[in-house]
Amino acid sequence: MGTLPGRRLVLLLPTVLGVVTLVFAFLHLLPGDPVEIMLGDWAAPADAVALRRDLGLDRPLAAQYVRFVGHAARGDFGQSIAFRAPVARVIADRYPATVELAIAALLLAVGGAVPLGVLAAVWRGRALDRIVRLVSLAGVCLPSFWLGPVLMFAFAMRLDWLPVSGRGGLAHLVLPAATLALGMGGILVRLTRASVLAALGEDYVRTARAKGAPRWRAVGVHALRNALVPVVTVLGLQAGALLAGAVITETIFAWPGIGRLVVQAIQARDYPLVQGCVLVIGVTYVAINTAADVLVRAIDPRLAEPV
Amino acid sequence: MTSRLGVVAGVAGLIVIALAGAAAPWLAPTGPYTPDLGARLGAPGGAHLLGQDTLGRDVLARVLYGTRISLGVATAAVGLSLAAGTVLGCVAGYAGGWVDEALTRVIDVLLAFPGLLLAIALAAVRGPSLPNVVLALSVLGWTGYARLARAAAARALGARPVRIVARHLLPLAGPVLLVQATFGMAGAMVAEGSLSFLGVGAPPPLPSWGAMIDEGRPFLLVAPHLVVFPGLALALAVFALQLLGDGLRDLLDVRLDGAGRMTPS
Repeated sequence: MGTLPGRRLVLLLPTVLGVVTLVFAFLHLLPGDPVEIMLGDWAAPADAVALRRDLGLDRPLAAQYVRFVGHAARGDFGQSIAFRAPVARVIADRYPATVELAIAALLLAVGGAVPLGVLAAVWRGRALDRIVRLVSLAGVCLPSFWLGPVLMFAFAMRLDWLPVSGRGGLAHLVLPAATLALGMGGILVRLTRASVLAALGEDYVRTARAKGAPRWRAVGVHALRNALVPVVTVLGLQAGALLAGAVITETIFAWPGIGRLVVQAIQARDYPLVQGCVLVIGVTYVAINTAADVLVRAIDPRLAEPV
Repeated sequence: MTSRLGVVAGVAGLIVIALAGAAAPWLAPTGPYTPDLGARLGAPGGAHLLGQDTLGRDVLARVLYGTRISLGVATAAVGLSLAAGTVLGCVAGYAGGWVDEALTRVIDVLLAFPGLLLAIALAAVRGPSLPNVVLALSVLGWTGYARLARAAAARALGARPVRIVARHLLPLAGPVLLVQATFGMAGAMVAEGSLSFLGVGAPPPLPSWGAMIDEGRPFLLVAPHLVVFPGLALALAVFALQLLGDGLRDLLDVRLDGAGRMTPS
């Protein structure tokens, strides 16, 4: 059956096809006429007929589906109404900004959460543990569409330390990345702490200590390697969730990425663009989850058998 | 904090929040839609404890009435998801074969998609309204419950259907579904706020907390109270549900697996 990552990649195909089908079903089977929405109430009937033909909406549903899948497979998502340009190009222009924001948030969340979670576990019940647990719970509970404006108010408007919005240098990245990272960081801290605590009670850690390994080595090498397995799994799921969170964060900070683009497309009633954005984000999400899955199996040989 | 204390604190918090929503007409100084154009963006204090918004409406009144929207939408969405998920999961687990296979595939695809994005697309296609928010959240939300119910159904095989569901399945799946529903409530409240914040949830002038935050954003520098208070209300509700969920999970001994999904232990 080939190598494991190979098998996982084969399984990726039906899932991606499922995502494409789901997007098609959402936009074509639900009530609502895209042509009417795009042209408004005052459109000439001839224009409506022409647009319907251009979008292929006058064909049978099955034919539309085959055409949709075929075009999507070649990266052709049609023409954006609002931008008067190919949807693929509009998305390609915005995609790097979202990737930049997501990677920054990911680094911030992991870089902050894993060390804090480990320290909280090692010093369980002490002051640091209590503070870390409180902050992480706040991170889980505070919605990003509230946290973003509050951070903006405090650090950009009142203290004037950072730019209010837009994309530019590193300073522009701080607030959006922090907003996007906090929810994920909260989950990761709680998880890291719990799984390090569990690992610290295991025999192999006690054995390592008994054989003379220093405490930092027992924690940092023996406990952490096993404790990180669930963390990486959740990281994969959360990295995908970052894309959904980017819709809100990018809207707050006027960050020119695909998340803000999809909101603009909805407001402009730009059907082909909405469809393209949802599809691209969905496929990216699936790809990230698959990558995380392969990574987890690489770390933990116990999971290596069934896919 | 012990799990019992967490459950008590969570339930107490939820009762206070629900009562605040129910008693809004008596607690609020004015209605949630009463404008006072002379006192737009009025600061907190005096007769208007939490200040006034862009149209001079009382922020406390809108936060209190907003409780009804937040809790109402979340309860409806979780109720629908729980009912649909439990039924479908039981059917799949009991029937097995291709029925089970088909349902599992559908769940996999739905889970392979960022839920909020799908809800945004759905709400955008159908237009902003509260029933559409409930529909969007339920179309996505049932999968988790279906998975759990299916796992329980597969374990309870061997007796007659009605008897299985009543005598074995619900006692078996009940605790897991309850914990999942508690976290699901928190998720649905945040999702409703997110959709309303993005303009595809509760239409104006409804006092949804998410919509209030969005309306207040342009006035952040002069009237931060427009953003701060609705957000605190939502955070408080989510915190109570989180405490309750954590506590219930420990008390009922339901395990979270690595993927963040719950499995019966």
